[in-house]
Amino acid sequence: MNRRVRGLLRKEFLQVLRDPSSIAIAFLMPAFLLLLFGYGVSMDATDVPLGLVVEQPSAEAESFIGVFRHSRYFSPRRFPDRAAAQQALGAGQVDGVVVLPGDFAARLRGEVGAPIQLIVNGVNANSARLLQGYVEGAWRNWLERELGARARPLGQPVMLQPRIWFNPGLRSRNYLVPGLVAINMTLVGALLTALVMAREWERGTLEAMLVTPVSMREVLIGKVLPYFVLGMGGMALSVAMALWLFLVPLRGSFWVLTACSALYLLVALGMGLLISVTTRNQFVAGMVAIVATFLPAFLLSGMLFDIDSMPAAVQWITHLVAARYFVAILQTLFLAGDVWGVIVPNSLALLAMALLFLGLARRRMHKRLE
Amino acid sequence: MWQRILALVVKEFLNLFKDKQSRFVTIVPPLIQLVVFGYAASFDLNHVPYAVYDRDQGQAGRALMATFSGSPNFQLRHIVQRQDEIADLLDNREVLLVLQLEPRFSEKLAAGEPAQVQVLVDGRNSNTAQIAVNYAGTVIGNFNEQWIARHGLDAPPAHLVSRAWFNPNLESRWFFIPGLVGLLTLVVTMVVTSLSVAREREQGTFDQLLVTPLRPFEILIGKATPGFVVGLAEGSLVILLAQVWFGVPLVGELGVLYLGLVLFLLAAIGIGLAISSLAVTLQQALLGGFLFLVPAVILSGFATPIANMPWAVQMITLLDPLRYFLIVLRGVFLEGTPLSILVHQLWPLALIAGCTLSAAAWLFRHRLY
Repeated sequence: MNRRVRGLLRKEFLQVLRDPSSIAIAFLMPAFLLLLFGYGVSMDATDVPLGLVVEQPSAEAESFIGVFRHSRYFSPRRFPDRAAAQQALGAGQVDGVVVLPGDFAARLRGEVGAPIQLIVNGVNANSARLLQGYVEGAWRNWLERELGARARPLGQPVMLQPRIWFNPGLRSRNYLVPGLVAINMTLVGALLTALVMAREWERGTLEAMLVTPVSMREVLIGKVLPYFVLGMGGMALSVAMALWLFLVPLRGSFWVLTACSALYLLVALGMGLLISVTTRNQFVAGMVAIVATFLPAFLLSGMLFDIDSMPAAVQWITHLVAARYFVAILQTLFLAGDVWGVIVPNSLALLAMALLFLGLARRRMHKRLE
Repeated sequence: MWQRILALVVKEFLNLFKDKQSRFVTIVPPLIQLVVFGYAASFDLNHVPYAVYDRDQGQAGRALMATFSGSPNFQLRHIVQRQDEIADLLDNREVLLVLQLEPRFSEKLAAGEPAQVQVLVDGRNSNTAQIAVNYAGTVIGNFNEQWIARHGLDAPPAHLVSRAWFNPNLESRWFFIPGLVGLLTLVVTMVVTSLSVAREREQGTFDQLLVTPLRPFEILIGKATPGFVVGLAEGSLVILLAQVWFGVPLVGELGVLYLGLVLFLLAAIGIGLAISSLAVTLQQALLGGFLFLVPAVILSGFATPIANMPWAVQMITLLDPLRYFLIVLRGVFLEGTPLSILVHQLWPLALIAGCTLSAAAWLFRHRLY
């Protein structure tokens, strides 16, 4: 490395050390966000408030109700009648109501069978559907037990036997935490560099640099390398927290993870630099960074919403979101292992984006005044 | 006094809209994002790619598989011939699930023994996996009903009848699009406010502002107005698009919705300005903005229910203005919740707005370095 680059690096490191906000971005922010999310974000409902109405007490009705009392999914509450339960549902005190009608016991022995009514609050469609699934499971268990006791033929000719690979306990943290690591690194990378070039333009220090023998390539190296080191530190911290604090398994190899993270960090830093070089104005660069990084990475990366289910045009747009490739890599590396069929194409996409962003940033850094 | 404030407001608007780039960033991306995110944010699955491993090759098995390939929710990608292909398909994400019929499936079914369909699911995203299993369960449930009816078998003694209030088809989009109103309004407000004071501090013009006759309270009005106007305009546009473009019903009263929007904007502006006046450089303001924005979104109940969070985190969400606004949005849009119930969401918003706005005004003068 030549002396000029060394000088630039030294200057950049000093600048980082003197405004602690860069260090805060690299270490404090990922730790804080991951801590909050790792504990806070979960799809696993427990103790769902469920209203129960038994219009006519009977041994059968009690045995059915009993299923809910012993489940960790529900926190059941009895209501004297349908109206009271529905009022609680409307007021949001319970998420669903199970009603056993007055003739439940009698119709159990009848031809058509007895209806069990379930009303759910559908505002949160996903939770509602999961609740329906849980109640259905409870109903099926009860049926099996009842039918077993009475030795009648089972009501389900075909039985579904689900087997969840990679995450058999359906622990949502296992997929949310890798996704959050990707979001974290998107923010860290872009925030570290979004303002650095714009700042030099604004303060006029870049002009001073123009009269030195430093080439723009060297300036670019001087800008990327220090923040790359900081960003990798932040990444290491995030991974450590994922593994040891949130106990997400790492089934792939550590070195593949390191290599892919380094690649992604280059993309994120490149994006920040490109914003910075294009706007040449810290205020606008900051605005662009807020708008272009967090929400796209959160909603379009596939960490939360299934990309394959989006309309074709939106799927196409997700290809422009770098986090999409990194989320796929991280979820696979953490939960499935070194699956080259996933890692190689996604890494190639990241590589292409890194080259594109850094290349564009380089092209826009002219060594002349406008 | 009003003349002074007006002059400041005009200057703030000029600051924001004079520059082509910053004009563009405040107006265009939120609108594009609403449309894109509106389509992206849904837990409903379409065309779930699946593979079939039919170890039975019987008539009944084929009939069951036909119901899957006929369902719009599923899309057949591959027919598995050997057991060891399955791992490859799932590992490489070529399919989300593999249906495996046991040998003698049709035979068992005909004999009245329970016949098993094994569903192997890629659980990397456990939520998607769970939804896909539910879908498969529905298809099989329908098949069972038909089978029972056609073969005159005994129906189960009790059956489940499900209904959903407020969102009868359980469309996930109805849940997320009102949420996006809050999200996008918050982002655009933060964009406009969180950098505005810090920029002036960094350029030194804020000191000049402080030596004018403008009182902190007047500076506050001047600084808050652009964020308020932009937020209100974009919030309204997003609300309109939600109904017209995405067809989300608005059952409740528009007045209540706007009361919520105004209080929410004031709270968000207060936080943005407080962050901005606490920061010495733009970089610090940007960091502060993100340190608020990201948790505010993730802990708001936008995608993952607050009820699932541990108690301590639930307490933290009480400080999050977006949490209250989302309840107002969903309540008014889907449930038609009246003001008398939503008041419990509105007063915390007003409280947050009052505290943060006065903190920002106080910081204008007291954060000199």
